[in-house]
Amino acid sequence: MDLPVINSIPSSGEPAAGGGCASNSCGSTDDQLGHLPEHIRAKVHNHPCYSEQAHHYFARMHVAVAPACNIQCHYCNRKYDCSNESRPGVVSEVLTPQQAVKKVMAVAANIPQMTVLGIAGPGDPLANPERTFATFRELSEKAPDIKLCVSTNGLALPESVEELAKHNIDHVTITINCVDPDVGAQIYPWVFWKNERVMGREGAAILIEQQQKGLEMLTARGILVKVNSVMIPGVNDKHLAEVSKVVKSKGAFLHNVMPLIAEPEHGTFYGLMGQPSPTAEELQKLQDACSGDMNMMRHCRQCRADAVGLLGEDRGQEFTMDKIEDMEIDYPAAMVKRAEVHAEIAKELEEKDNKARAAKAELVSIHGMTPSAPATRPVLMAVSTKGGGVINEHFGHAHEFLVYEASGNGVRFIGHRKTTPYCEGGSSCGDGETALDETLRVLKGCEVVLSAKIGFEPWAPLEAAGIQPNGEHAMEPIEEAIAAVYEELRAAGKLDEKPNPQQKVA
Amino acid sequence: MSLEIIESCVNCYACEPLCPNEAIYQAAPHFLIDPDKCTECLGDFDDAQCTSICPIEGAIVDELGVALNLPGSLTGISAEMLAKYQAAVEAAYQAALAAKAG
Ligand code: SF4
Ligand code: SF4
Repeated sequence: MDLPVINSIPSSGEPAAGGGCASNSCGSTDDQLGHLPEHIRAKVHNHPCYSEQAHHYFARMHVAVAPACNIQCHYCNRKYDCSNESRPGVVSEVLTPQQAVKKVMAVAANIPQMTVLGIAGPGDPLANPERTFATFRELSEKAPDIKLCVSTNGLALPESVEELAKHNIDHVTITINCVDPDVGAQIYPWVFWKNERVMGREGAAILIEQQQKGLEMLTARGILVKVNSVMIPGVNDKHLAEVSKVVKSKGAFLHNVMPLIAEPEHGTFYGLMGQPSPTAEELQKLQDACSGDMNMMRHCRQCRADAVGLLGEDRGQEFTMDKIEDMEIDYPAAMVKRAEVHAEIAKELEEKDNKARAAKAELVSIHGMTPSAPATRPVLMAVSTKGGGVINEHFGHAHEFLVYEASGNGVRFIGHRKTTPYCEGGSSCGDGETALDETLRVLKGCEVVLSAKIGFEPWAPLEAAGIQPNGEHAMEPIEEAIAAVYEELRAAGKLDEKPNPQQKVA
Repeated sequence: MSLEIIESCVNCYACEPLCPNEAIYQAAPHFLIDPDKCTECLGDFDDAQCTSICPIEGAIVDELGVALNLPGSLTGISAEMLAKYQAAVEAAYQAALAAKAG
């Protein structure tokens, strides 16, 4: 019953309840799925948004059918685009429900790994109930092998629960940034409620009440609820541990804390006010603090509302409406093919599970100690990958790095860190200098970076920054490679040195 | 007596389903209000519904062309803030141009 990527606590089956060293920052935090009840785990096992493992193999897509919104968030600029987890400035093409259905089926037929369809914007799906539910209704009928999810700010959630349950939509994401109206007043300037625009604290109080009510109604019906929070330094960063506690007590199965993205050129309130975004380190610290109370999700990429594809890739250009209009889709035939591909992947995943478990056992036995008493300090390592769970991306081509923590307890996934590729692969690397600086910044705290290949130029700056470049594990499975490097470090006596302070402070 | 949607509308659909008189319709390049149908919501609601949900300041105006949601009233971004920012962007752009030329 172990999911292997992230560490779990092999000897005890207890949820990591209270925080504290043993269950928290010393590398023994539970993975995000490990302690879920079996029926929930079965539901999310192959869900690319929830299972880090599945993220490498399965794909999700979003369609933009819901343009209207019923609230304003200070991190969103409605002149461009929004979603609850907005990255302003990205305009997506709004589709009619019929176009959306056609697009989803075209993608599903061509990318059999696509298993999940989400509606997340550009506004709020439940502020557009007709459009959203028309899409779900037709898809459940025509493409029953696609899982449906919906992401909402929660304001219209209580009135939609009945309808959601009808369409058998088993994953709902609510963006909850606060449970305190005074905090909310700094995030939401207004909500539209009962035919009126309600401003400030009063509006935030209504939103919070509806979110909590909706959360309770969904979990009471056995519908899975994930909670997203945007970490806004100085506004709700201190408050999110409380949010985590509250939503967990109401039955949310995952809490996903994401960084605020705010730049002046986005034209958002926060962007124009110079509201800082959290650093990768601040984010991780908060995620660690919350994980004592909650299953945390760390691999969210804040994907665009209209993104298509696997991992960080976006194949949206292959499926623009004009291209889709001409496609002939035999969905029943595609479904057979899809089932085959899914079975194939399931087999591969299972093999990997077993291997990883063996690798972990080996690591523990090398150390000759019980997993709950790590004597060596944990080390953060970054990896570049194109997917498939192996180290197969060049350092200079990576748009993001996956960060793992290796410790005496095994290897656990920590999160993604995005960057601009050091070298876009062209003949001249142009802005290579600044891109490398950015990469060095996002890799802060990591001691090793593993890539399929690392060029000569970044080598010295990486070393100078205390990050050991490592190209020796190209094409190897990520967790095995990290375990091997950790073992090398241990053998070289490097793990007895002064512990990295960020790792030890709980 | 009617309201009007002007070019800053971003076509978000939010107002359309709320109108008690079905006066709002999708059009290019933006949504429009049928002046013969719009009652400014009198008799139906205290506040004009389209104006109460529209996220874009200035997109809906009254018969005199006066914006019903004033700059800064919805986003907290005042006209001054925006102007200052735009000036800063423009200055940076001009500086970059000058650096290139020189
Ligand atoms: S003011 Fe009222 S009646 Fe007129 S268009 Fe807006 S919603 Fe419709
Ligand atoms: S709510 Fe405002 S921006 Fe949206 S469609 Fe109506 S007028 Fe346009």
